[in-house]
Amino acid sequence: MIAKLNSWRKSESAQGVFLLSPTFLFAVALLAAPLIMVLSLSFWTQNYLDLDKTFTLANYKTAWGEPIYQTLMARSLKISLFVTAVTVLLAFPVAYYVSFRVRPEKKALWIFLITIPFWTSYLMRIFLWKVILGYNGVVNGSLLATGIIDTPLSFILYNQNAVVLTLGHAWIPFAILPIFVALEKIDRSLLEAAEDLGDGPVRRFMRVTLPLAMPGVMAATVIVFIPTIGDYVTPRLVGGTNGLMISNMIELQFKKANNAPLGAALALSAMFIVSAIAAVFVFANRKYLKGRD
Amino acid sequence: MFRGKLFGVFIAVFLVFLYAPTLLLPIFAFNDSSIVSFPLKGFTTEWFGVLRDTKPLHVAAKNSLFIALTSAFLATILGTLAARVASRYKFPGKQAAIGFIMVPMVLPEIIIGVSLLVVIIQMGMSLSLWSIILGHVLICTPFCIAILNGAFMNLDQSLEEASFDLGHSKLKTFWLITIPLVMPGLVSSMLISFTISLDEFIIAFFLAGTEPTLPVYIWGQLRFPAKLPSLMALGTILLVLSLFLLGLAEFFRRRGVKRTGQMNSGGFL
Repeated sequence: MIAKLNSWRKSESAQGVFLLSPTFLFAVALLAAPLIMVLSLSFWTQNYLDLDKTFTLANYKTAWGEPIYQTLMARSLKISLFVTAVTVLLAFPVAYYVSFRVRPEKKALWIFLITIPFWTSYLMRIFLWKVILGYNGVVNGSLLATGIIDTPLSFILYNQNAVVLTLGHAWIPFAILPIFVALEKIDRSLLEAAEDLGDGPVRRFMRVTLPLAMPGVMAATVIVFIPTIGDYVTPRLVGGTNGLMISNMIELQFKKANNAPLGAALALSAMFIVSAIAAVFVFANRKYLKGRD
Repeated sequence: MFRGKLFGVFIAVFLVFLYAPTLLLPIFAFNDSSIVSFPLKGFTTEWFGVLRDTKPLHVAAKNSLFIALTSAFLATILGTLAARVASRYKFPGKQAAIGFIMVPMVLPEIIIGVSLLVVIIQMGMSLSLWSIILGHVLICTPFCIAILNGAFMNLDQSLEEASFDLGHSKLKTFWLITIPLVMPGLVSSMLISFTISLDEFIIAFFLAGTEPTLPVYIWGQLRFPAKLPSLMALGTILLVLSLFLLGLAEFFRRRGVKRTGQMNSGGFL
């Protein structure tokens, strides 16, 4: 009987492996293999049109040692951290509103409304921030018309603030969703229990709601922090010269500068740094993940 | 915590912030001025006429359409297989394998673009529309899995068992029972992939050879101030198209939820 059950299980799992293999192999062929190739490329040297395939650490020495790359990397990290902090802080109350204030049958519609801008015209959205923040833009126009300022503000476009704002706008739906899911999972009777035991609204939030929402907050942080480092369109369009990020340099090395090995070393270094920071962040907050199903 | 009118005001301000660029797009598309800025001048449909007469744009649109249709189809097939396995089968390493397939969702797109570019060049192949399709299938598949997972999870297994008992083979059961039940999920998955692929720029920019996609074409034109109003018109058309597709996807997703008799609890993710 047990042997029979085992053989049935075996065939059942064999079927699962068989069904999953096309998707898995596709991901291996187009994700794992290319990443390994980028890794080996980062140890080679570009000689004009030829690749010198002798092992060298020169690209990493350049990527980590030269001031321009250090500046760009530090600035990219700073911008990504800012974007993440702003996005998550802004996303939390919105997710809270949808989860606790909106009637259950309207929740799906709200989530749909919040995600719509994310799906539409990525390039155009970034470009329009330029129109909104520009010297003759919407913000300056309205402030001038209402007499709050006399001369147009110039510190709102072509700098790092503009990059943070535009990136935050692009990523906020991705931060709201995991926090919303975590808040939805909270058993409402726990909140009542806290209230019955004498907690005021603030204490109840700090001791019950927030700790239970932390897995969502952490997911939001990681989901926003890692990909923002890879955006080169936003810094290019709204960042000005002081708002350029490491991805602009990576793009330059792969395209115009024709130094793919250096570009590979920069890309992998950036990837490594953000993943390490994300890992440390998750590890530091690991207590909140306990008891998760 | 978070009580009162102030909270409502905050949410209203947030929605204005969220929709500001999206609302400005159609305003400038119909604005009778060759400069994209305020104050507005008057109403015109001239910029849409310009689009009709721009030949390279039509080529780019055709390329994008081909890429988006093919990517949506392929990603949904790969996503269906993975979601079916995720919801129905158990074997060691399953979570890890599926986790790996989902990685492109959090990976910076520039990394995907760069690594595919390196492979294609190293293997001596030339860049074509198919190189972009490969990249887009890679990033769309996780979204398909997320959508289809819900569809397969809600599927009542006893319906499939009944079909077996009545003598249908596994394949025939899948075709006659499972597919029709998850059809709304399949349609919604295809629509979402299509929308992602149509709008994707970062990967397409790395992998586009001589044939540009629509976003790559737009990127090239953003440098020319004279082209901006017609780009606004183009953006408006794309916006309306995306809204239509997303609305359709949401409609099918909800129908799927209803069909399996579940509570409607959230959006696409």
